[in-house]
Amino acid sequence: MPSWVASHRWEVFLIIALVTTIVINALLSPFYLGFGNLVNLFWLSNEKIIVAVVMAFVIMSGEIDLSVASVMGFSAAVMAALHAGGSVPFLAAVLIGVAAGGLGGLLQGLVITRFGLPSLVVTLAGLIGFRGAARVLMEDQSVGNFPLWFNRLGQQTLVGPLPVALVIFFVGLAIAWVTLERGAFGRKVYVIGSNAQVARFSGVAVDNIKLKLFVTSGLAAGLAGILFAARLGSVRGSLAEFFELDIITMVLLGGVSIFGGSGSMLGVTLAIFTILNIRNGLGLANVDGIIQTGIIGALLIASVLIPNLAQRFGQRSSRRRATAHVPP
Amino acid sequence: MTSQIASGRRRMSPDRIKELTLVGIIAGSVIMFGILVDGYLSGRFFNRVTTSVVIVAILAAAQALVIFSRNIDLSIGSIVGVSAYLTADFLTANEWANPLVAMLVAMVVGAALGSFNGLIVAYGRVPAIIATLGTLALFRTLISLYSGGANVIASDLPGWVLGFNGLTVVSVAGFDLRLVFVIVVGVVVILQWAMRRLRAGRRLYAIGSNPDAARQASLAAPRLIMFSFVGAGSLAGMAGFMFMVRAGTISATAGSGLELEAVAAAVVGGVSIFGGSGTMFGAFLGAILIDTLELSLVRVTQVSEFWRDAALGILILLAVILDATLHKRFTRRLTRDLDRTETPGDDALSVHMGTAADTGAVDA
Repeated sequence: MPSWVASHRWEVFLIIALVTTIVINALLSPFYLGFGNLVNLFWLSNEKIIVAVVMAFVIMSGEIDLSVASVMGFSAAVMAALHAGGSVPFLAAVLIGVAAGGLGGLLQGLVITRFGLPSLVVTLAGLIGFRGAARVLMEDQSVGNFPLWFNRLGQQTLVGPLPVALVIFFVGLAIAWVTLERGAFGRKVYVIGSNAQVARFSGVAVDNIKLKLFVTSGLAAGLAGILFAARLGSVRGSLAEFFELDIITMVLLGGVSIFGGSGSMLGVTLAIFTILNIRNGLGLANVDGIIQTGIIGALLIASVLIPNLAQRFGQRSSRRRATAHVPP
Repeated sequence: MTSQIASGRRRMSPDRIKELTLVGIIAGSVIMFGILVDGYLSGRFFNRVTTSVVIVAILAAAQALVIFSRNIDLSIGSIVGVSAYLTADFLTANEWANPLVAMLVAMVVGAALGSFNGLIVAYGRVPAIIATLGTLALFRTLISLYSGGANVIASDLPGWVLGFNGLTVVSVAGFDLRLVFVIVVGVVVILQWAMRRLRAGRRLYAIGSNPDAARQASLAAPRLIMFSFVGAGSLAGMAGFMFMVRAGTISATAGSGLELEAVAAAVVGGVSIFGGSGTMFGAFLGAILIDTLELSLVRVTQVSEFWRDAALGILILLAVILDATLHKRFTRRLTRDLDRTETPGDDALSVHMGTAADTGAVDA
């Protein structure tokens, strides 16, 4: 057990942060531990956390996808435009919407791998371009009037107290966990992230794996966009605008290195729970949304700064995260 | 265009070629829109572009200043908001203040916020993308706490504020040279000179192209990086001033989203996101190209205004692909087949955003 602690310092820190948040919240608000609130905890961020799970893979491979929020808006806009057009069955519109997200990811992945361009720049263009495409489709209108079953998808529960989006999140999380920490694919992602050159010379199909990651990221964003539309009951061109920052914050706070090659699914999961609990607690305490965002921002900086300073002052409490996962 | 590049390759630096390419693309698109749109080539359009480009042009310079050393500043949009709000607030309480004082106030506010970024990145060794992602939220929160949700309204500001944007230095046949544009061009020229001629400027490039080597050559990397963030902050403060004189009424959300527009302008202008290359002129031309296209697309009646962002995204993509292709040709010429297997994107994030953390890892 002590060796686990030694190699998972970051996760231990997050567990402490999470428990502290839960205790403080429970002391401050009588509603906090109520079952309704615990579901409510996820309710407002269902879609972001689905995308965050895939984003963790992308960042671990040393890349980044800034376009996710715009792809969410784009997919929802494709779906809504097809629905408003009226010539396509609604279910087909939904599926085409999700596929459009995957296509967006494929397009960006191809540009990144074929031209060898930095993903930061390509997906920045994607952020602007897909948001633009959503605006082209929606203009300044809002499309609603979706079938009842679709709205229920977003607004009602599916299994016990869990809405569909949350079920998808937990299933996705389980798949991600197994893929990353038990499968060859996950190993390859780590290797690519720590040194793409070495990975290439070791026979890892670097471009192929990166392409898969960007397609998956696009698909996840597409699905999340559709689910968000179901929860809202209507789609605008600005759907999910600026979500990318929250999503990336979740992953980085989870201890995933922005340079790739390290991080764990446990860390990301704990970071997601911590952020949701902080936001929820602050919400119950009537703290404004923008202040919540500021607190998360401060936490993000502190999560890297404090270990760095501690290291500097001679203590050996370096932020080791999940380096143990990386094969020598 | 290609023939021009080919013949000039021996004598011209890649940066010069990039700048000339941009000038060519800008001229080409102006001519194209001139043919498509009646009455397009008028003084009014020139005036509109030169006044609207100033904010993004300064921010592109600010962004370039930090990108040169392999960093990035995602918080400049928030700095614009904070400095615009605080300056407007200052002006409502101090009616006597003239434009120069107001601009100084905005730049001091910007420099203060920039030094916070600089401290965290240079001395705290937090990767710039993480640090400024955090301060993007943090600065915005501070200003919304300070404002309590209230706007500063144009009618509370001194009379000169709203007229400032229209001040003209010289006017020829309907083409007005606006003061704000002159200021921005002056700033860019000074920065270009400083980056090329001053030791600190050359060192920032050196740090960006190889942080480890720069360390071993004992360049004072943390101090210079700190300096570049303070510079970027004060430039963002100046952009905040420009924002205030344009908008008049300032809310706590002023300037949000500008950080990515600035990155886009710098990158289109040939500033490599990996650091170490690009010029201030390039970033400035990138901003002008983007702004010209944005404003021109609006004028083409067949293209709905909703196409603007989509077209912009495609443009940025084309610009970076062109840039990468040109760059590859050059490096291939210089290094022959040494790095046939290497592509710039290989270790993408692992190398280009980290200065502080990279260098930190060396002595760990």
